[in-house]
Amino acid sequence: MSAVIEEHHHDDHHHGPAKGIMRWVLTTNHKDIGTLYLWFSFAMFLLGGTFALVIRAELFQPGLQIVHPEFFNQMTTMHGLVMVFGAVMPAFVGLANWLIPMQIGAPDMALPRMNNYSFWILPFAFGMLALTLFSEAGAPNFGWTFYAPLSTEYAPPSVTYFIFAVHLMGISSIMGSINVIVTILNMRTPGMTLMQMPLFVWTWLITAYLLIAVMPVLAGVVTMMLMDIHFGTAFFSAGGGGDPVLFQHVFWFFGHPEVYIMILPAFGVVSAIIPTFARKKLFGYASMVYASASIAFLSFIVWAHHMFTVGMPLSGELYFMYATMLIAVPTGVKVFNWVATMWQGAMTFETPMLFAIAFVILFTIGGFSGLMLAIAPADFQYHDTYFVVAHFHYVLVPGSVFSIMAAVYYWIPKWTGNMYDETLGKTHFWLSFVGINITFFPQHFIGLAGMPRRIPDYALQFADYNMISSIGAFIFGFSQLLFLFIVIKTIRGGKPATAQVWDGAHGLEWTVPSPAPYHTFTTPEGVNLKEAHG
Amino acid sequence: MQEQNNGKLVLKLGAAAIGMFGFGFALVPLYEVFCDLTGLNGKTGGQYTEAESQQKNADRVVTIQFLANNNAGMPWEFRPVVRTMKVHPGEMNSTSFYVKNPAKTAITAQAVPSVTPFMAANYLHKTECFCFDQQRLDSGASMDMPLRFIIDSEIPEDVDTLTLSYTLFDITEQMQGQAATE
Repeated sequence: MSAVIEEHHHDDHHHGPAKGIMRWVLTTNHKDIGTLYLWFSFAMFLLGGTFALVIRAELFQPGLQIVHPEFFNQMTTMHGLVMVFGAVMPAFVGLANWLIPMQIGAPDMALPRMNNYSFWILPFAFGMLALTLFSEAGAPNFGWTFYAPLSTEYAPPSVTYFIFAVHLMGISSIMGSINVIVTILNMRTPGMTLMQMPLFVWTWLITAYLLIAVMPVLAGVVTMMLMDIHFGTAFFSAGGGGDPVLFQHVFWFFGHPEVYIMILPAFGVVSAIIPTFARKKLFGYASMVYASASIAFLSFIVWAHHMFTVGMPLSGELYFMYATMLIAVPTGVKVFNWVATMWQGAMTFETPMLFAIAFVILFTIGGFSGLMLAIAPADFQYHDTYFVVAHFHYVLVPGSVFSIMAAVYYWIPKWTGNMYDETLGKTHFWLSFVGINITFFPQHFIGLAGMPRRIPDYALQFADYNMISSIGAFIFGFSQLLFLFIVIKTIRGGKPATAQVWDGAHGLEWTVPSPAPYHTFTTPEGVNLKEAHG
Repeated sequence: MQEQNNGKLVLKLGAAAIGMFGFGFALVPLYEVFCDLTGLNGKTGGQYTEAESQQKNADRVVTIQFLANNNAGMPWEFRPVVRTMKVHPGEMNSTSFYVKNPAKTAITAQAVPSVTPFMAANYLHKTECFCFDQQRLDSGASMDMPLRFIIDSEIPEDVDTLTLSYTLFDITEQMQGQAATE
């Protein structure tokens, strides 16, 4: 089969990769762009992780030891922004680029040139954001949620760079999403219906719609900030007739769907990995699709649960409380489906499966603490404490980030043609798993005991748990260097991978040789639809 | 054929993105209308002109408390002349707030009102309020700022206490900015 594909490549404009650096600058190949996104995301993961370790080092003991409080605020802000917009989102776009065309039997993304622009905007956006750290008044310091008036009247001058960086990230995400939707709707191999698509493709289709709906609202809210700061408007300034609470409404109208943007593709990844290593078909495929769509819909009507304490009428608190709890229903459907897929399966525990199972368990813990936060009367105690920090890190780190690592281990044999080192992979998993739980589990307790988030110093009774938490953070942080080592080692060599790689793997990407040729599925002939969905 | 389909879909999705950018801005007036209708953020309405339509209800007494706050950086002395009043719904009342500018320069201020409970905001009518315009005080000057209001005779039975709070903002710079552009 590979011979047949190779033959097709010799006609005029199809060719292998160009040589040198310009290959990466000018590339329109979905695999190259996927690789660029993944490496960029990993670089941002290390940068954001470094910021996190500055935070944890300062919090190792009570009192101020290492950094000034002003710089501490910049660290919490930059950590959040870099991790959300620089690490998690681009990683999923990278996976989408690599996998969506191969999973639906398309030769490439629908809009390859735009794909190149979407990626190359990002280094400039984050370069601009990161450079503010060296400016005189420092980087943005108002938290990643940049609530007005902290981010308007009281913001450092670097806020303008922050605003333009967010504009650029938004443009990049919107272009990427348009590309994903057009590819999925128009470029599926003939005969593949929507309900035959792998779940990763489904979840990304839904994610892309969410992005198109909310990234422009984010662009709108930062534009309003820009106008308040520089053009004398008063959208968010109470003295000028505006309303700071309005900022929170508009921000969370973006912000809540945003958290599902960061988790839906993770659901897709886990739904691909668990059936492979349980050697069973995914339990409840159709219910997975409907659950993803319901989660996406519900994400638009629950935003004010982030704002229970701003002073809402009782009816508002009740509505947002019940609507939020409703999300647990489709999410529960998914968790039960994953468990049912594993039930009585012939399971093996290779590294991707370990990450996937850890995802199911730890994401569920994060989901439960989310339910606790959804209880409006209780939220008045939890609001802005470390309990919230523990909650969203449980869904984002062992949630989204573990799913990305699982995806890398699962598909890297297909990308590089080499198997990764299983012993090192498992070592990386256990270090990460232990590190992450040591870091974030104690934060539940100090949060319930009343430690506020985003503070550089704390009361003495929180000292022990903070020290434990910091130790865990350093274990987790440094074990990611092992991940980097494993990935580089796999690229440079290793046991050659077969086309199918995993004996339980199903899907079109496993019908092409490993490493996947530079061009795949250039014609619809020879696409084995029976293999289409696992 | 494929190319054309792609083009159409891209246009539709691009238009959706631009539409959502507009929707972000549309949330601003939507929020204001929503708050006006429900009194949600405790904002009171503008000048009330239907004082004649109110019937005094001598059987009910409602307590109204006054609060005066300065926004960060606002140096004025600012306090209500009376802290609480017991009033009958439907009856016209007047009181005032005292301000003094101890700073070395003239300052322009804007007071922003807020009522709790929020659901009562639409039942507090002001026929005259210093918050309707800006105040300017020269260095060392002081004054009593008048407030005339009616509690609506239709105010729900369960509301027996209202709190009317004013926050004073220093808007000298904004006013200068406007003067410069005009």
